[in-house]
Amino acid sequence: MKSLAELAAIKEKMQSKVVLREGSGEIRVVVGMATCGIAAGARPVLSAFVEEVSNAGLADKVMVTQTGCIGVCQYEPVVEVFEAGKEKVTYVKMTAEKAKEVVEKHLKGGSVVEEYTITNV
Amino acid sequence: MIRSQVLICGGTGCTSSGSKVLIKEFEDRIEENGLSDEIKIVRTGCFGLCALGPVVIVYPDGTFYSRVQKEDVAEIVSEHLLKGRIVDRLVYSDIDEKVKDEIQHVSLNDTNFYKSQKRVALRNCGVINPESIDEYIAMDGYAALGKALTEMTPDEVIQTIKDSGLRGRGGGGFPTGLKWSFTAKNEADQKYVVCNADEGDPGAFMDRSVLEGDPHCIVEAMAICGYATGASEGYIYVRAEYPIAVARLQKAIEDARAYGLLGKNIFDSGFDFDLFVRLGAGAFVCGEETALMTSIEGNRGEPRPRPPYPAVKGLFGKPTTENNVETFANVPQIILHGAEFFNSMGTEKSKGTKVFALGGKIHNTGLVEVPMGTTLREIVENIGGGIPNGKKFKAAQTGGPSGGCIPASMLDIEIDYDNLVSQGAMMGSGGLIVMDEDTCMVDIAKFFLEFTVDESCGKCTPCRVGTKRLYEILEKITSGNGTLEDLDMMEKLCHYIKDNSLCGLGQTAPNPVLSTYKRFREEYVAHVVDKKCPAGVCKKLLTISIEADKCKGCTACARVCPVGAISGTVRNPHSIDPAKCIKCGACMEKCKFGAIVKK
Repeated sequence: MKSLAELAAIKEKMQSKVVLREGSGEIRVVVGMATCGIAAGARPVLSAFVEEVSNAGLADKVMVTQTGCIGVCQYEPVVEVFEAGKEKVTYVKMTAEKAKEVVEKHLKGGSVVEEYTITNV
Repeated sequence: MIRSQVLICGGTGCTSSGSKVLIKEFEDRIEENGLSDEIKIVRTGCFGLCALGPVVIVYPDGTFYSRVQKEDVAEIVSEHLLKGRIVDRLVYSDIDEKVKDEIQHVSLNDTNFYKSQKRVALRNCGVINPESIDEYIAMDGYAALGKALTEMTPDEVIQTIKDSGLRGRGGGGFPTGLKWSFTAKNEADQKYVVCNADEGDPGAFMDRSVLEGDPHCIVEAMAICGYATGASEGYIYVRAEYPIAVARLQKAIEDARAYGLLGKNIFDSGFDFDLFVRLGAGAFVCGEETALMTSIEGNRGEPRPRPPYPAVKGLFGKPTTENNVETFANVPQIILHGAEFFNSMGTEKSKGTKVFALGGKIHNTGLVEVPMGTTLREIVENIGGGIPNGKKFKAAQTGGPSGGCIPASMLDIEIDYDNLVSQGAMMGSGGLIVMDEDTCMVDIAKFFLEFTVDESCGKCTPCRVGTKRLYEILEKITSGNGTLEDLDMMEKLCHYIKDNSLCGLGQTAPNPVLSTYKRFREEYVAHVVDKKCPAGVCKKLLTISIEADKCKGCTACARVCPVGAISGTVRNPHSIDPAKCIKCGACMEKCKFGAIVKK
């Protein structure tokens, strides 16, 4: 090890892997992963969220996790976004493409993608 | 892409309760469900709740599963990891149902056990994979060494440690910065850094946990100490009974060497430092600093007279800085975040946090780290979860066989070095053994003394002969043959041993006797004058008898008695022959009518 820069590079590379455990998560993205959700295709949605959040460099801010059946099975895959001090947002009939858009516009940009929310179906 | 991590404790406690099997089972089940790319299994160090092992934590939600068995794994994988439904029956919780309703799922950090803790020395234990140097670096590992070597002079490092108020965590509480400055002052062609990991107090295991859970922080801290004091070599003296700790330390040293964090010209600063592990054979006296160094040199582990102090003439006759594991574990954080970060916690003269190994009659056996000045009541009742079976708290022993007891009347004492010493106890390495009303204090003193008699190295007479004679007096008292003169002799002998022994072992060996005699004198007197053991522990002072009016003559007791001491006919009251009775208590457990009493 010859410089602090080298050390910082390793830290950078590894951080996304351990940050998961810190669970700071100002924003929590919860994917419904009960049987209904999985059958409707929640798995690729979850993977897309995990990947896009990491790509967008939001890993220390956003925590992606799963939950059981939310109770609106006809709208699965359902994804809910919790943010401290704000009302929760429920996205329905999600796909991997829509997930990408939500990460870009909502999680990064801060504006809810209204057309995918439960109030608009 | 990893979306979830399963942390499985690989500390000694959980390994012995079966965590190795769990890891294999998790790997198989995860593979079976095709989740290998999404879920990562991490074997970590100790989480601290050893009584509930094996412990498994699932992140990012932080769900805390306790006492997980092999059979439970399939359910956790298919329910939690696949479908996101938490397996409630395995979740550990010590919080009220009411509070529980308010939070969606119980995370480790919500439990009473963790909520009041402040983790500095244990910050990475149970969080990172101790065998991965990269994970340590991700948690700011080696950044403190980098900062020290590139931005600070050795004097600045020492000044920061001095300002932080860090004191030796091995027991004595000597200011660490001052210790470093003594070694730094002495000119020599070679100086050493020694880490004392010869943890020998019965019931203490915080050093083991740090070494197992976060070995790199010791490597880093010793390198920082080497830079500050001008040493280029260091030794870690660790007991051979800690095989997991030894293996992880060795891996940590190898990995650090491979990254150039040990060796020549670290961070291009011109500073060279390397580390070596030495195994101890488990002699308690080798935890004493001069005996430890004698042992590293290859000689029989016996203390040497001080002065000269190790800072002048230590290992191989060269100036040496010796610190305990937990002391070192605090160093990187202090360098990284500044003295302020550390001295803002704690009391006026004891700064920072302290790790306690909680054991004995308490719900949550395990490791806790709290700010100095936390009350004993908080540790026992809140974090420790109180005493099992509705029994009453009687006393807590701090400092193991070198320490003393704190009685129930002093539960609100704020724990720091000076408060404990003023009460006749001591911090010691941080073992905290909780005793309930069924504990006989004379018996406890005898237990600790038996340990020191065994472990006395024999070099000096006050300790070798004195502790043995002291033990014999206690033996006499607990067997009902003691006199009041014996009590006076006992006290006198205690002070003699304290004043005349060569090293810390002998100087502190009488502490358990002195402090129990001070706090529970009436129990000693009861043994001597009334020939009774109030707690019902000392067998020779007990008689077990059957109360005729309660006995129905069911013969259950007579059948279970291993020595045939109980006689009687069916449906008639039985009786016990005291000459034959060995007071094992088997009959008491068997009697359904509560007719058998111990006095």
